[in-house]
Amino acid sequence: MKPVVEVHNVGMKYQSLNGEITALDNINFSVNDGEFVSIVGPSGCGKSTLLSIISGLIFSTSGTVFLSGEKVMGTSPKIGYMLQKDHLFNWRTIYQNVMLGLEIRKNVTPSTKEHAIKLLRTYGLYEFKDKYPNQLSGGMRQRVALIRTLVTDPQILLLDEAFSALDYQTRLVVNDDIYDIIKKENKTALLVTHDISESISMADRVVLLSKRPGTVKNIYEINLNCDNRTPLSSRETPEFRHYFQEIWKGLDVHV
Amino acid sequence: MSMFNMKKDSVSYRAQLSGISPEHKDYLHRVRMEKIFVRVIQLLIFCTALLLWEICANAKIVDPFITSQPSRVLKTVIRLYVDGVLFQHIGITCLEAIVGFVLGTVLGTLIAIMLWWSEFLCKVLEPYLVVLNSLPKIALGPVFIVWIGAGPAAIIVMTLAISLIVTVLEVLNGFLTIDQEKIKLVQTFGGTKFQVLTKVLLPASYPTFINALKINVGLSWVGVIVGEFLVSKAGLGYLIVYGGQVFKLDLVMTSVIILGVAATVMYQGVVYLEKMLVKNKT
Repeated sequence: MKPVVEVHNVGMKYQSLNGEITALDNINFSVNDGEFVSIVGPSGCGKSTLLSIISGLIFSTSGTVFLSGEKVMGTSPKIGYMLQKDHLFNWRTIYQNVMLGLEIRKNVTPSTKEHAIKLLRTYGLYEFKDKYPNQLSGGMRQRVALIRTLVTDPQILLLDEAFSALDYQTRLVVNDDIYDIIKKENKTALLVTHDISESISMADRVVLLSKRPGTVKNIYEINLNCDNRTPLSSRETPEFRHYFQEIWKGLDVHV
Repeated sequence: MSMFNMKKDSVSYRAQLSGISPEHKDYLHRVRMEKIFVRVIQLLIFCTALLLWEICANAKIVDPFITSQPSRVLKTVIRLYVDGVLFQHIGITCLEAIVGFVLGTVLGTLIAIMLWWSEFLCKVLEPYLVVLNSLPKIALGPVFIVWIGAGPAAIIVMTLAISLIVTVLEVLNGFLTIDQEKIKLVQTFGGTKFQVLTKVLLPASYPTFINALKINVGLSWVGVIVGEFLVSKAGLGYLIVYGGQVFKLDLVMTSVIILGVAATVMYQGVVYLEKMLVKNKT
């Protein structure tokens, strides 16, 4: 099977007056169709930079990224990007927020409008469609942000610390929620996080990055013994602790 | 803003508690009484001041030739009205203020957009903006008169000079404090710079615009009055200068009072506009 995302020898150097910073060095990995891959690493190791490069928002200083075999030359409609906060615009209604991506891509048609309404209905937000973001809870807002991304029908979802702005309890619920939606919509997902538990609980594979300059230190296949896997039920499996220990050692955290 | 929300909250609470508890009733009563009390005191201060002014002038404790007095102000207003020039003077000044105010806000916003669009232009123009912002624009008055001629156009340019740079800096600053991640969001959808402007920057800067409007209302009046002091043949500023020159303090006081009312009405207009827009947006 051909990988959907291929990261090939990617390196990134930032220039500043004080010198040069190597953020990423020789990164190689790939993501298969329908797979959920997490990237963990210490803060400042260039995880978010890597996502920005994959999405085509910025360009790497060396190496290439391929999406379904095509070289990334700029932002692509194949990609849906979820940021740390929901960034719903409080001057737009929920429905108008969901339509943002379609408006920008000039793709507001009766069929895409219908798609948006269908997604809102499926994920229990239809009756809130004319409300404003400040009238919704944090978890619901995150769900709206996901629908805003899904409505543009991306093949690959990039989640950049997408849950870290939520409090712990909400976060566990939203993890389940978003995981469920991603699986139902049959999307490929790449999650960047510094939370080891979160990375294991959601992913099929975990890519561990080292401290700056970020390099791939290890890739862990996550095989958990549970039927109907959800992020919450994953956390209860016996293997979970084992993976946690292994990745924790790999992270090599010193304070 | 917060006053506005509080009012909304208390209304919804009241709706929730259809059976109001005696404590809550007591609380509502106290709030209402305090509000009335504040109003009464305000009115009292106003009336006392007018009365004192009138009495002192009548009793010759102060010289009404220099201080004028409320009854003379009223007479002056009536005389101006009968002569048919009252609304002419008010109209000219208000027109100049409004034109200067609108132009200052619109041009200032356009320039701010240009500076945001081109970081290079912004860097190049920075020292000039600093100088123009620091310079007391009133010093340019004589220059404008020579260049443009003594008339309403020079006054409007004076008004513009005073409010323009402040607006540019205020709006640009508003643009720069907008969350970069919101801009990134638009870019992840493949949005262009123009789309960043129309989808994020302009709508998110709405509170900044209202602030700029509020500042400009005050500044445009300064500009108009200074302009009229320098050149005009009509308007409230002209009446003040003329009154001062011929020692008609009644005319000066009357014009100042009318000016105060007109400026307040215009400011309240902006506040009302803000409320209307807030109601439609959230």
